[in-house]
Amino acid sequence: MLAVQGLACRRGGRFVFEAVNFALAPGDALLLLGPNGSGKTSLLRLLAGFARPAAGSVLWEGRDIREARAEHTQRLHFVGFADGLKGPLRVAETLLLQTALLGTGPERVTAALETFGLADRAEDPVQALSSGQRRRLALARLLAVPRPLWLLDEPGVALDRANRLRLEALIEQHRARGGLVVVASHGDVAIRDPLVLQLGAGAPC
Amino acid sequence: MLKAAFALLRRDLLLARRRAGETLLVVAFLLIAGTLFPLGVGASPDLLTRIGAGIVWVLALLAVLLGLERLFQPDLEDGSFEQLLLSPAPLEILILARCFAHWLATGFLVTLTSPLIGLLLSLPNEALVALPIVLALATPTLTLVGAIGAALLVGSGRGAMLAALLVLPLEIPVLIFGLAASEALAAGFESTGALLLLGALLLAALAFAPLAIAAALRLALE
Repeated sequence: MLAVQGLACRRGGRFVFEAVNFALAPGDALLLLGPNGSGKTSLLRLLAGFARPAAGSVLWEGRDIREARAEHTQRLHFVGFADGLKGPLRVAETLLLQTALLGTGPERVTAALETFGLADRAEDPVQALSSGQRRRLALARLLAVPRPLWLLDEPGVALDRANRLRLEALIEQHRARGGLVVVASHGDVAIRDPLVLQLGAGAPC
Repeated sequence: MLKAAFALLRRDLLLARRRAGETLLVVAFLLIAGTLFPLGVGASPDLLTRIGAGIVWVLALLAVLLGLERLFQPDLEDGSFEQLLLSPAPLEILILARCFAHWLATGFLVTLTSPLIGLLLSLPNEALVALPIVLALATPTLTLVGAIGAALLVGSGRGAMLAALLVLPLEIPVLIFGLAASEALAAGFESTGALLLLGALLLAALAFAPLAIAAALRLALE
């Protein structure tokens, strides 16, 4: 469904990675491993279509995503290091506005907040949350807005054990429904038999 | 598509309301800068009446330019901008919503405050009525043109001052026609021509600025 051919990324005149190839079928998960600066985040941004590859292409069902950028951005979630949350907004408000921005109705918002244990904080401003709770709020939109491709950059950071297990379970649920997941991680999120892509100079992280 | 734009507009207005102190800085800036002029050039009502309208216009332009830094920089830094790209609404529409919300928190406040500054500068009553009318038509253009500069320099770190320098020459036509229109309107002369020109500038900015801003922001993200 999602395939990458000869993908290269250049930063400041130097190739971060070159000739990356993989293909994912529905239900697959790809785990990106590599030391800092090996291009995990850059690869995720290329998959999201935020950046232009130096060479190669990203294909969805055989079609280059840059030919149909608008369609591509509507089928993916990107949860990155910057969580895009605004301090003065309330928790439930934030998720409702994000859901509307992403073009779906509010039906799943309450359930998403409950799943991530934020239901009792719904009326609190985001700036009162801890970093783990912020991360959970950022992840809650994965459930509030159903989309087939999840691009997760270090999703386990700041999460406690219970919530990490919950995230792992949600990833498996998403895969069972035919969804795709690409996770950049230093190994703190366990994924059942993933495809593994080792980036960087072969150095284990 | 419009639902997404309204969601963004609602978010920005909520933020502006919850950060009311920051939002109202524009008004404080205008009032303080406005009171500096009588102190600086002397409190002669004749002189102030003659240059008053010009002062209000220059202050309005500066107030709009001062706010440009908050237009795209925060969203690009905290990752909200990526979420805009994932929306089904075209980026151009979302940018228009963003600029409209920003205008309400800057240009519109400038428009509302302008009679008060006019009063401080002993402008005649007709001018106090004419100023907000023409500013309401001109400040959206100032915001949209300024937004192009803000978007172009968004990645460069200290963009605000540079953005102001970059867009200042482009804002001059709005300043000239705006000042002409408000003075003609206040004096009871024929002002239709200048007002129509301001309207034309606004329509052109509405049509072209979002395209330019979207292209600049996409580049900044890469």
